[in-house]
Amino acid sequence: MSFSLVNILGTMPEIYLTFFGCVILILDTMIPNEKRSWLAYFTIASLIFAMIASYGLNGKGLPLYQGLYIIDPFSNFFKMIIYIAAIITVLFSLPYLDREDIHIGEYYAFILFSTVGMMVMVSAGDLITLFLGIELMSLCFYVMVGLKKGSHRSVEASFKYFLLGAFSAAIFLFGISFLYGATGTETISGIAAFVANPGSLKPMILLGIVLTLVGFAFKISAAPFHMWTPDVYEGAPTVVTGFMSTASKIAAFGVFLRVFWVSFSADKVDWNLLIVILSILSMLVGNLVALRQTNIKRMLAYSSIGHAGYASMALLQPNRESLFALMFYVFVYMFMTLGAFGIVLMLRKSGEEGEDISDLVGLHKRHPIAAFTMLVFMFSLAGIPPFGGFLAKFYVFFAVIHAGYAWLAVVGIVFAAIGAFYYLRIVMLMYMKDPESSVVFNASSMGRIGLLLTAGMTVFLGVYPTPFVEYIKSSLAIFIP
Amino acid sequence: MTFLSIPILTFLIFFPIVGGIFLLPFMKMKDSDTTVKWVAVGITIVEFIASLTLLIGGNPGTYQMQFAEDHLWIPFANIHYTLGIDGISLVLIIMTTLLMPMCIFTSWVGIKKRVTEFMIAILILEGAMIGVFAAMDFILFYVFWEAMLIPMFLIIGVWGGPNRIYATIKFFLYTLAGSLFLLLAIISLYFKGGHTFNIVALMGQHYSPVFQDFAFLALFLAFAVKVPMFPFHTWLPDAHVEAPTAGSVILASVMLKMGAYGFIRFSLPMFPKASIFFTGFIFALSLVGIIWGALMALAQEDMKKLIAYSSVSHMGFVTLGIFVFNAQGVEGAILQMINHGVTTGALFLCVGVLYDRTHSRLLSDYGGIAKVMPVFSTMLVIFSLSSLGLPGLNSFVGEFLVLLGAFRANAAVGVIAAIGIILAALYMLYLLSKVVWGKYEPRSWALPDMNRYEWASLLPLLLIVVWLGVQPNALLSMLHVSVTHLIGQVNPASPLASLTGGF
Repeated sequence: MSFSLVNILGTMPEIYLTFFGCVILILDTMIPNEKRSWLAYFTIASLIFAMIASYGLNGKGLPLYQGLYIIDPFSNFFKMIIYIAAIITVLFSLPYLDREDIHIGEYYAFILFSTVGMMVMVSAGDLITLFLGIELMSLCFYVMVGLKKGSHRSVEASFKYFLLGAFSAAIFLFGISFLYGATGTETISGIAAFVANPGSLKPMILLGIVLTLVGFAFKISAAPFHMWTPDVYEGAPTVVTGFMSTASKIAAFGVFLRVFWVSFSADKVDWNLLIVILSILSMLVGNLVALRQTNIKRMLAYSSIGHAGYASMALLQPNRESLFALMFYVFVYMFMTLGAFGIVLMLRKSGEEGEDISDLVGLHKRHPIAAFTMLVFMFSLAGIPPFGGFLAKFYVFFAVIHAGYAWLAVVGIVFAAIGAFYYLRIVMLMYMKDPESSVVFNASSMGRIGLLLTAGMTVFLGVYPTPFVEYIKSSLAIFIP
Repeated sequence: MTFLSIPILTFLIFFPIVGGIFLLPFMKMKDSDTTVKWVAVGITIVEFIASLTLLIGGNPGTYQMQFAEDHLWIPFANIHYTLGIDGISLVLIIMTTLLMPMCIFTSWVGIKKRVTEFMIAILILEGAMIGVFAAMDFILFYVFWEAMLIPMFLIIGVWGGPNRIYATIKFFLYTLAGSLFLLLAIISLYFKGGHTFNIVALMGQHYSPVFQDFAFLALFLAFAVKVPMFPFHTWLPDAHVEAPTAGSVILASVMLKMGAYGFIRFSLPMFPKASIFFTGFIFALSLVGIIWGALMALAQEDMKKLIAYSSVSHMGFVTLGIFVFNAQGVEGAILQMINHGVTTGALFLCVGVLYDRTHSRLLSDYGGIAKVMPVFSTMLVIFSLSSLGLPGLNSFVGEFLVLLGAFRANAAVGVIAAIGIILAALYMLYLLSKVVWGKYEPRSWALPDMNRYEWASLLPLLLIVVWLGVQPNALLSMLHVSVTHLIGQVNPASPLASLTGGF
């Protein structure tokens, strides 16, 4: 392996973030406790720095390290989303961590390291590199989920996530080993070349496809591999939940697109049925179970399972429409989901988080702006125009019908109608009932910036998405001409 | 034509929305309610005057879309910001802008809490409703069609009656479920109809009969819920009863028209074969709606419910008229849409007048109010007579034309529909006999006659009721060319088609 300058330069954003993560760990020991918020500013600055560096690399479809690592507009698009999600997460963290008494410097380092893990995932040109990325991300999340050491739920969630995550990683690795055994290579392009050859070893490749698919389904929390989601989302500190439910899922979708559409596009017929089953089950579980939830974090967890179902429908046909639909979907999804978690983590009642749905009752009376922001997220998640969530759903159904699965679109529509109810219920409780509990909405100025950013983008993406649509179109040009 | 150098249709859509957004700072201010009300009235009146320029600048002699605007909106899947109106949308837009100031006048006393937010919701709703009638791109249409639900959801849910939450969620979910199928049909049309969402371009295509049938049914679900047609009407009485007066007026006068507008604008010209195929089905549902709505109205004790069921009955005439596919029927249907908007809107305003005084809508709580509120009673009587189709007032013309068209299409259908008119006389006179006439018994509440805000909301409608009854041609002349063209699109064999030449 040669360490030429091009390789180093191409991976500079990852190197920067790793370096800054280490700097944070050192700084943490030097600065006094009450100055810890400086670390948050430092984290945001380093994320923006890496973002600019990534932007500078845009448009160069470079296979680095002999094809192990790919820098192209497609991976850059996903990296941009991950950066933005990380920045918003840090914006939300500041008062929250102090109030929960978990404000430690390592938190910011973990945010940066997990970001690096996700960047490696979406840039991986090789299954082993991909596995390294997934593990780097997951290990950081295992720790962050258990950050509330004193909380029973948090520790339990961390342990559960770790065990199930280890299982899924093993299954994924098992799948890779089958693929390697069948094809003799782990690079994505090498596998693609082998699969396209009609004389390929079919059963082993199929087994490899199924096992790797299970690994991905676990990461995007698609049913029936969703069991960990509600418990982990509920137990984890809410900032971490927000970050996990957006960035890590989005990275997994990016990986999925690359691995499956490039490697296995010749075998498409074989895994399409699996995708159909995954998406229908996810929409079913996500939307129906969410109806019965009383904890808003659990409700949002099921809602995210449902959204994974909608988004997976766009994976069926490797063409421009599907790719655009998926990229637009994850882009909008990131803002609206992160924003909804942002509202939840700013609700406080007598020293703890207001995470029961009943805590939202009558929010409009006390905090009209917070209630209106939540209304925007809820209607957007339900897919009602003029918010971004509508266009996201629209493009998914557009792609599904284009792919010739009109019946699947009908199924999706039915679940969308059912799902609208629990989002509406939140709006109804906020606006149409009188307040009962003593919940206060407590936002810092950084939190307000985060909410403004997420809500503003949710509206903007529904009303005038043109600049972002152009950006996505230019990002997918290399992937699918 | 432009207004303040903005294209007129864009102005009409976004002026109230922007106006509503500018009202936001008033939310924080104390004692700003009166100011907000006057600002809202000002905005809606400017809007109405601006909409009149459509009448001056419009050309009733063409079926082409006028005041057209076209810009690329979203550069993926070819989604445009396309606006344009023909005679049919023109009259509906003017009816909308006309009714909105009255909705604000009627809320003057009735709305006591969160006044600023109420006005903002009403103004945003107005913009979205005009957008529905003016959009000529299917996705743009859908965006307005759905976006309209959000302010209505809040208007019923926040300012409504005791059972408002059930009513508003039912309203929202019914409409949403229907609309989602419309969305699927729109996407399928894009792929079948030459990769465009332009409504006019989609009309000129020839779709396979099977596709027409499926797409027609999908559109039918969306529009039938909105109209509402017989089995899908159950949300209407709930929503009407619980909504504040302004909400009821907007629901009855404008939103119900959107379903019928959908049939006229999309179902008929795009799927002519399927429309003819399903005619019997629509006739049956319309007739059941006419009779069922009337019978249910007879059995009501609550005034708003009575009027709500009468709406189901009257809207049955509209769908019936649309699907007879002759000029009388369709023109009658559109006229009936306007008339129903004006008359039923006025009746809801009248109920609002009583409700603001007594907080009761039960017929048994009233009697002989002609003695204490003579002017108001006269108004109520005139509007009720209009509703039951008295010749000389507006509704008569529309219903007569629909019946004429129905008799030409199928005599039996005409006969059954005519029964609906008789029943209408029955339930409206029943309402009058309970409320206006009879013995007046003084109760705990005071019944002063109308105040000036109520005058402002009812008098213009009274004039229109009389004017349209005497001069229906003023409206019909605006519709004629568009309707003839529409019938040519559905039925190219009809002798009228040669006049306009189809597409």
